[in-house]
Amino acid sequence: MLVALVVLLPLIGSVCAALMPANARNAEAWLSGSVALACTVLVAIQYAAVDDGGVVRATFAWMPQYGLELYLRMDGFAWLFALLVSFIGTLVVLYARYYMSPKDPVPRFFSFLMAFMGAMLGTVLSGNLIQLVVFWELTGLTSFMLIAYWYHRPDARRGARMAAIVTVGGGLALLSGVLGIGVIVGSYDLDAVLAAGDAIRNHRWYPALLTLILLGVFTKSAQFPFHFWLPHAMAAPTPVSAYLHSATMVKAGVFLLARLWPVLAGTDLWIELVCGAGAASLLVGTFAATYQRDMKGVLAYSTIGHLGLITFLLGMSTELALIAAVFHMLNHATFKASLFMATGVVDHETGTRDLARLNGLRHAMPITATLATVAAGAMAGVPLLNGFLSKEMFFEESIVVGGNLGSQIGLPAIATLGGLFSVAYSLRFVHEVFFGAPAHGLPRVPHEPRPMLVPSALLVLACVLVGIFPARTVGPLLATGGEAILGEVPEYELAVWHGFTPALLMSFVALAGGVGFYLLLRLKRQTLVEAPLLSRFDSKRMFDIANVAITRAAGRAVRSVFPHRLQSQLLLIVASATVAAALPLSTGGWLGPGTLGPIDPLFAALWTIGAACAIGAAWQAKYHRLAALIMVAGAGLIVCLTFAWLSAPDLALTQIAVEVVTMVLFLLGLRWLPRRLETDDPERRSAKARARRARDAVLAAVAGIGMGALAFAVVTLPPAGLLAPFFFGNALEAGGRNVVNLILVDFRGFDTLGEITVVASVAVTVYALLRRFRPAPESIAVPKAQRAEAVMGSVSAKPSDPLPGNYMRVPAVLARLILPIGILVSIYFLLRGHSSPGGGFVGGLAMATSVIVQYMVSGTVWVEARLRIHPQVWVAFGLLAAAGAGLGAWLASRAFLTSLAVDLHLPLIGDVHLSSVLAFDLGVYMLVVGATILMLVALAHQSLRSPRRVVTPLPGEEQSERGEATI
Amino acid sequence: MEAVFAIAVGVLVGSGVWLVLRPRTFQVLMGLTLLSYAANLFIFGMGRLTVGRAPIIAGERAADAAQYADPVPQALVLTAIVIGFGTTALLLVLLLALRALTGTDHVDGREER
Repeated sequence: MLVALVVLLPLIGSVCAALMPANARNAEAWLSGSVALACTVLVAIQYAAVDDGGVVRATFAWMPQYGLELYLRMDGFAWLFALLVSFIGTLVVLYARYYMSPKDPVPRFFSFLMAFMGAMLGTVLSGNLIQLVVFWELTGLTSFMLIAYWYHRPDARRGARMAAIVTVGGGLALLSGVLGIGVIVGSYDLDAVLAAGDAIRNHRWYPALLTLILLGVFTKSAQFPFHFWLPHAMAAPTPVSAYLHSATMVKAGVFLLARLWPVLAGTDLWIELVCGAGAASLLVGTFAATYQRDMKGVLAYSTIGHLGLITFLLGMSTELALIAAVFHMLNHATFKASLFMATGVVDHETGTRDLARLNGLRHAMPITATLATVAAGAMAGVPLLNGFLSKEMFFEESIVVGGNLGSQIGLPAIATLGGLFSVAYSLRFVHEVFFGAPAHGLPRVPHEPRPMLVPSALLVLACVLVGIFPARTVGPLLATGGEAILGEVPEYELAVWHGFTPALLMSFVALAGGVGFYLLLRLKRQTLVEAPLLSRFDSKRMFDIANVAITRAAGRAVRSVFPHRLQSQLLLIVASATVAAALPLSTGGWLGPGTLGPIDPLFAALWTIGAACAIGAAWQAKYHRLAALIMVAGAGLIVCLTFAWLSAPDLALTQIAVEVVTMVLFLLGLRWLPRRLETDDPERRSAKARARRARDAVLAAVAGIGMGALAFAVVTLPPAGLLAPFFFGNALEAGGRNVVNLILVDFRGFDTLGEITVVASVAVTVYALLRRFRPAPESIAVPKAQRAEAVMGSVSAKPSDPLPGNYMRVPAVLARLILPIGILVSIYFLLRGHSSPGGGFVGGLAMATSVIVQYMVSGTVWVEARLRIHPQVWVAFGLLAAAGAGLGAWLASRAFLTSLAVDLHLPLIGDVHLSSVLAFDLGVYMLVVGATILMLVALAHQSLRSPRRVVTPLPGEEQSERGEATI
Repeated sequence: MEAVFAIAVGVLVGSGVWLVLRPRTFQVLMGLTLLSYAANLFIFGMGRLTVGRAPIIAGERAADAAQYADPVPQALVLTAIVIGFGTTALLLVLLLALRALTGTDHVDGREER
C-alpha cells in the first residue's frame, strides 16, 4: 500500500499547492519539497522488496465486473525510475524555490510540478497498460501547462502547443497499439503481457502494433523526426526543463521501450526502426547542438542526441545493450539536470543565455563554473565521470552487434561521430560561457547564488562518485533494474579501466576529434549561426505547414457539408429524416391487419376543421399573420378536443391552458414583426421561387403522407401496455387515482424536476434577451388604434383611475371579477390533481392566465400600480419547494424524491392526507406561475420602451410615422 | 377513428414541414407549433385510441390496467406540451431579437442575395 502513497502524495500535494496564496513561495517549496522527499524515502525503503527480482503490487478494485482496477506494480526497473523521478524532483523543488521570482504566481507552478510528479510516478508504476497510457497522457498535459507557465509570452504558448500536439498525438497512437496488444494477449495486465512475448511477436498485427507504439515512444522521447518540439519546449522555466524535458518526462518513451523490450524487441523490424530512429536522433541532435546559440538550445539538442543513443542501444536487442541503455538513462538524468540547473543559475545571475554574449563567468562564479565543467565533462564522456562508462559500453556494443560488413563499420562510425559532436558541443558550452575574458555589458552583474547550487552540486557529486566507483555505487541498482527486465543479469563488469579495447580507441578518437572540430569551428565563427545541412530539413516547418493545411481542410470540409442557410439545413434534416424513416419500412409488412374502431362522424367533422385550419395557416402565414395565428390556434383547439375525446383529460386541460398562454405570447410578439404585403414581393412569381415552392410542397406532402401512414400503422397495432400495469398496481399505494399525474409528480418526479428547471431557465433567458431588446425603428410608433383613441380623447385608464373611462370599462369590471375566481380555480386544480384531472401545471397556467387578463384589459401601467408580482421570486421559490420536497426524503433516509405521506386526523376538518408530493406539485405550480408571468410581462413591457411621443393626427400618418421612427 | 387520426397527423406534419422550410421567422414558428401538435398526437397514439376510459382509477382496489387508457404516453405528452411551450416562447423572443438586431425577419438574419 506504500506504493499507492508514492503516486497519491504528489497528487494531493498538487491540490494543496494550488490552494495556497500567490506569494507563498516558501510554503509552496516546503510543501512540494517534503512531498518529493517523502516519495523518495517511500521508494527507497522498498529496495529490499524489489531486489532479486521481487515485485511489489497494490491493487484497488474500480469496476471489477469489467476487469478494471487500479494496479500499481513496482519491480526493480520501475523502482529505479521511481527513485530517479522522486529524487530529482526533490532537488528541482529546492532549486525552483530560488529560481522562481517572487513576482511569479508560484501556486500554479508547484501545483503542476507536483501533478507531473504524480503522473510520472504513476506511469512508471503502472501494472496495467491502459492505466499507463492514462498517466502517460497526464504527464503530457502537465508538461503543456508547465511549458506555457509564462503564458504571456508567445514562444511559451507556441512551444506548449507544439509539444502537446506532438506528444499527445503520439499518445493516441500508443493507446491504439496498447489496445491491439490487449486484444492479442486478452489482458492489459503487464505481467500477462510480459509473459506473452512470443504470441505478440508472431502475430500478424505485430508490424502495425510496433509502429503505433513506437510513434508514441518517439514523440515522447523527442526522437527524429519528431524531435522538433523539444527545443521549443525550452520556453518553460528552467526547473521544468531540467526536470521534465531532460531527466524524466522525455525518458518516459525510452522507459516504455525498455519496459516492453522483452515483448517487442529482437525482430528485424524492431532493429531497423528503433536503431534507425536512434542513430538519426543521435547524429541530428549532437550535430545541431554544436551550432546553438542559446545555452538551453544546446542542452535540448544534446538531450535529443542522448535519448537517441539510448534508443539506439535498445534497438540493438542485446542484453548488454539494454543494461547500457538503463545505465545511460540514469547518467544522462544526473548530468543533464545538473547542467540545466547551471544554465538557470547563469540566466538568473546575468539575465541572458546567449553563448555569443556570455564569456569568462568563472571569475565571478567559480563554483558554478566548476560544477558545470564537471557535468559537461560527463556529458562529453570524459573518463572518471559517469557519462564515460555508459558511453564506453555503447561503443563496445556498437562493435559487437554488427552483422554484415556495412554494419560492422557503420555502427561504430555513427557511434564515434555522435561522441565526437558531443565532445564538441560540451566543450563549446563550457568554454564560451565560463572561460575567456569576463564579458561586459551583461544585463545583470553576476554573483554566486550559493543555495541554488546545492542541488546541482549533489548531482555532480553523483556523477563523480559513479564515474570513479561504479561497481560500488550504481552497480547494485543497475543489477536490480536489469534483472527486472531480463529475468537474470548477464555478465558484465562496471569498471573504469578495461584495458586497451577498441571502445577505448573510439573514445579517444571522439575526444580528440571533438576538440579538433570545435577549434575548427572557432576559426570560422560565422558558421556557428546555423547548422549546415540540417537547416534545409526542418521538421518544425513541416509541422507548421501540416498544421495550417489540416486547419484549412477542416474548414473546407465543414463548409461543404454544413450550409450556412437555415433553409438548406432544415431541408437536409427533413429529407434525411424522411429517407431514414422510409428505409426500414420499404420491405413492407408493417401495415398489418389492425383493429379499426367505428368512425364517429363528429370526430371526422372536427378534424375536417382541424385540417383546414392547419393547411390554411400554412398558406397564410407569410402575409396574413393574424389569420394564420388564429388558424393555428384553431388546430390546437381541435388537438385539445381530440385529447379529451380519446380518454386523456389531463392532456386536454394542459393543452388548452398552454394554448391560451402561447397565443397571448404570440399576439404580444406580432407587433414587433415587420409589415409584409404581397405587393412588396416581386420575386414571389419568379421561376426560381416557384420551383423552390414546388420542391418544398412535394417534400411536405411526402413527409405528411409518410407520418400519416406510420401513425395509422401504430394505432392499429394490438395494444402493448407494458408499463401501465405497474403504475396502476402501485397507484393507490402512492395515494392517488389520477395515474398520469402520479407518474409526473411521484413515479417519475425526477423527470418533472428537470422539466420545470428547463421552463425556469427558458423564462430567465427570455427575460434576459428582452432586457436588451430594442425594437426595430419602424415598429416603435404608437399603434394606429391607440392614436385614434387619443384623438377621440378617451385615454386608457391612468394609474390613478379606478376604471377606464372609455369602451374598456365593462371588460375591465369583468376581468377584475374573474381574478379571484381564476385564483380559486387554479388552486382547486392544484389540490385535486392527485385524484382527478388537474395538477400543478394546469393550476399554474390558470393562475397566470387570470393575471395576464388584467394586463390585457387594464394595461401594464395600471396593473403594476396596484399589483406588484415578482415572478422571479415565484420561480425561485417554486424550484426550491420542488427540490426541497425531494430532499425531504433524505431526512427519512430514503432516496431523493421518494414520496412521504402523513395521515392526520384533525378536529372539525377530519382526515387529512399530507404528502411530500403535494409540496412538489406546489413547487411546480409556483414555478409555472412565475415563469409564465415573467415571460408575458417581459414581452408586454416592450411597449413601454417606446419613447413617449407627441400624438400626430390620423390623416397622412404614413409619412410622419417614418419620420418619427428615425428619431 | 384510426384513419381520421392518422390523416390528422399527416396533415399537421405536412403543413408544419412546409412552413418550417419557408424563409420568414414567423412562418417557421407557426410550422414548429403545428409540428409539435403532430408529434404530441403521434406519441399519444402509441397508447392506442380509446374512448371513455381515462386513466383515473374508479374503485378502492388495485385496478386492472387493461380497463384504462395507457397513462405512459399521456405522461410523456404532458411533459412534451410544457417543454414545447418553453421552446416556442424562447423561439418567439429569439426571432424578435433577431429582427431587432438585423432589421429583417429572414431566418438567416439577412435577405437573400
